[in-house]
Amino acid sequence: MRTAITKTPKCYVGGAFIRSESGRVAALYDAGGGFHCNIPQCSRKDLRNAVEAAAKAAPGWAARSGYNRGQILYRLAEMLEARAVEMTAAINVFEPDMDRSHRQAAAEVATAIDRIVHYAGWADKYQALLGSVNPVSSPHFNFTVAEPMGVIGVIAPDAAPLLGLLSLVLPAIVSGNTVVALASEHRPYPSILLGEMLATSDLPGGVVNLLTGKRSDLVSTFATHAHLRGLSAVAGADDRVKLQTGAADSVKRVHLIPAETETDWLSPAAQGLDPIRRHLEFKTVWHPIGV
Amino acid sequence: MPAKPKSPARELLFGDLWTYDPAPETADPNISARYGLFINGRFSAPKSRKYFPSVSPRDESKLAEIALAGPADVDAAYQAAAAAFPAWSGLPGAERGKFLYRIARLLQDRAREFAVAETLDGGKPIKESRDFDLPVAAAHFFYHAGWADKLEYLGHGKPVRPLGVVGQVIPWNFPLLMLAWKLAPALAAGNTVVLKPAETTSITALKFASVLTDAGLPPGVVNIVTGAGETGAAVVRHPLASKIAFTGSTEVGKAIQRALAGTDRKLTLELGGKAANIVFGDAPLDQAVEGIVNGIFFNQGHVCCAGSRLLVQESVAAEVLARLKRRIATLRVGDPLDKNTDLGAINSREQLDRIRGLVASGVEEGATIYQPECRLPAKGWYYPPTLFSGVSQSHRVANEEIFGPVLSILTFRTPQEAIEKANNTAYGLSAGVWTDKGSRILWMADRLKAGVVWANTYNKFDPASPFGGFKESGFGREGGRQGMWDYLG
Repeated sequence: MRTAITKTPKCYVGGAFIRSESGRVAALYDAGGGFHCNIPQCSRKDLRNAVEAAAKAAPGWAARSGYNRGQILYRLAEMLEARAVEMTAAINVFEPDMDRSHRQAAAEVATAIDRIVHYAGWADKYQALLGSVNPVSSPHFNFTVAEPMGVIGVIAPDAAPLLGLLSLVLPAIVSGNTVVALASEHRPYPSILLGEMLATSDLPGGVVNLLTGKRSDLVSTFATHAHLRGLSAVAGADDRVKLQTGAADSVKRVHLIPAETETDWLSPAAQGLDPIRRHLEFKTVWHPIGV
Repeated sequence: MPAKPKSPARELLFGDLWTYDPAPETADPNISARYGLFINGRFSAPKSRKYFPSVSPRDESKLAEIALAGPADVDAAYQAAAAAFPAWSGLPGAERGKFLYRIARLLQDRAREFAVAETLDGGKPIKESRDFDLPVAAAHFFYHAGWADKLEYLGHGKPVRPLGVVGQVIPWNFPLLMLAWKLAPALAAGNTVVLKPAETTSITALKFASVLTDAGLPPGVVNIVTGAGETGAAVVRHPLASKIAFTGSTEVGKAIQRALAGTDRKLTLELGGKAANIVFGDAPLDQAVEGIVNGIFFNQGHVCCAGSRLLVQESVAAEVLARLKRRIATLRVGDPLDKNTDLGAINSREQLDRIRGLVASGVEEGATIYQPECRLPAKGWYYPPTLFSGVSQSHRVANEEIFGPVLSILTFRTPQEAIEKANNTAYGLSAGVWTDKGSRILWMADRLKAGVVWANTYNKFDPASPFGGFKESGFGREGGRQGMWDYLG
């Protein structure tokens, strides 16, 4: 009998696959208690490095046309569709009730693919709905455009480890933001696979950076890092206070979803234009009209 | 043909030839000797039993006694607003809008009276309160009145609802206009309000209560509590607030964001700025100079979006500085009630001290100061228009918000350098660009990290035009469709 080659999980940061600079890992066990793999435990330094990578990628990503960003996101859906079985198994292997969870995991992966396509379609449309030409009462041409904020920090929920993560990442990147995301602490493995799919989706390196590790190690840096211009997090009561308090130091835009109330990530209500709007700045430009 | 003379034509500076007679605006500002708190549709004495004086920066005379709202008073205001919310939010939008239309009209009726009161209380020139603050305040109510029955068009396919009771804390630089910016969208969306004006400029807000009463606005829909920082903190921290809207300093804005941590109250912040006003060599220089002057000396520079950092392309830097010096020598500084006054009084002694301190730092750090000769009134708080040239990015006058008539001048060579310098600040409220080249305007506007970009103009405002900042200048917008979103859930 052949001995299988097991995969070493790595985080996807700046378009490369890295282990944590800390050298720390945490063993991950499957539902039966068997060893599955070692997950990198990213440190604050890893987070700062990831923010740097995201900041570097931000201007180029924002400068791409909506049409181009839409095609790249659609390509990600193609990558995930092709590896849906693998992703389903990756979610499922950690669930005790294999039968029930297989159906759930399959539904999560299918919804995740559809969600990517949903946001791919928004890339060249949100501006038309959110921007405006403003009828001012003086002789000026006056218009408002929606612009990306820059680098957004994402802290993903434990529930729906793939779909929850993507539901926070996609509405941020569709408008040209770049993202540093911390995957579910307890169910990080789908984010490892997602990184591999991002790497083959034409998405420029650094646009999405995926970290794994302990929340408690990283929450305070997410809160206070001045180059993160926005935060989108599923967080418990204590973390919400920490994130908001730290965010105030740099007047960060914060969107928090309470971890203690159940979010139906599968619902269409978990997607749409509002989540895109959360990560936009509005810029208004005036110019006189005359000859 | 004789060569053109190299020296500029001699100019007449009329101010040197004769003095102007005073031309004071004389309308009765109708200010009461003492104001209580406006809670649940009527004025009442504060439970704190305390009052504080409101002093005119024009001549340091006492204008009125203002009630100091304590925690119990703020609580009463919130209770009234919460009690009024179901009926107000339940009114058909068209009916709610009619109250805002009435308010706009009543404010227009009494514009002159309010303008004089605003100038007496805040120190801004009467020509600004008369021609800018009052008409634009009325316009904000008129504009937002029309939204009240069209809210469903704002939801992008999802139903929208008002948030509840909104706590609003406003600054002293545009007292009545900021009140209008805050109240009009909040009320149109169906919210009820507890509003706190700044302690040095409460009078027009308290006078405005009579407009609300005359308009027949139901009691409790708008409640006005007066006081200083402690009153503001009580407004911000009250558990009945669904949202806080604040305009003021970045320092206080950060404290409010911290104070709301762990609550699910919504927040919008319109904070400080250190705007770059960027002049390219091809700009029409006379127009640019007018724009620079308007950008920094409008309202004595007490403007969060003031164009306080002038970035001039090196090729025209000397020329622009010379024209600026010539232009500001003609500015008239003095009695804000005088219709010829360009720069009125500095809002408070505290603010005057802050301006003096920052100007002293500019001199110490080696920038070159220019102030035209001008006689300032003996009484009251005044400061002459001030230019700093030879400013480098590390100088305090290039980084800190001065909030006074002080312009710091820096230079640049390339558009890339202009962008880099303009964005080299924690703020991001506004910016100006002056150039004849259309494609460059759009290139610059795209790269400037600022919520408002004025191209070949400056300091223009309109209720239909969203206003608000990037970065540490705050979040949320006021005006336009984007502003309405911030008062709806």
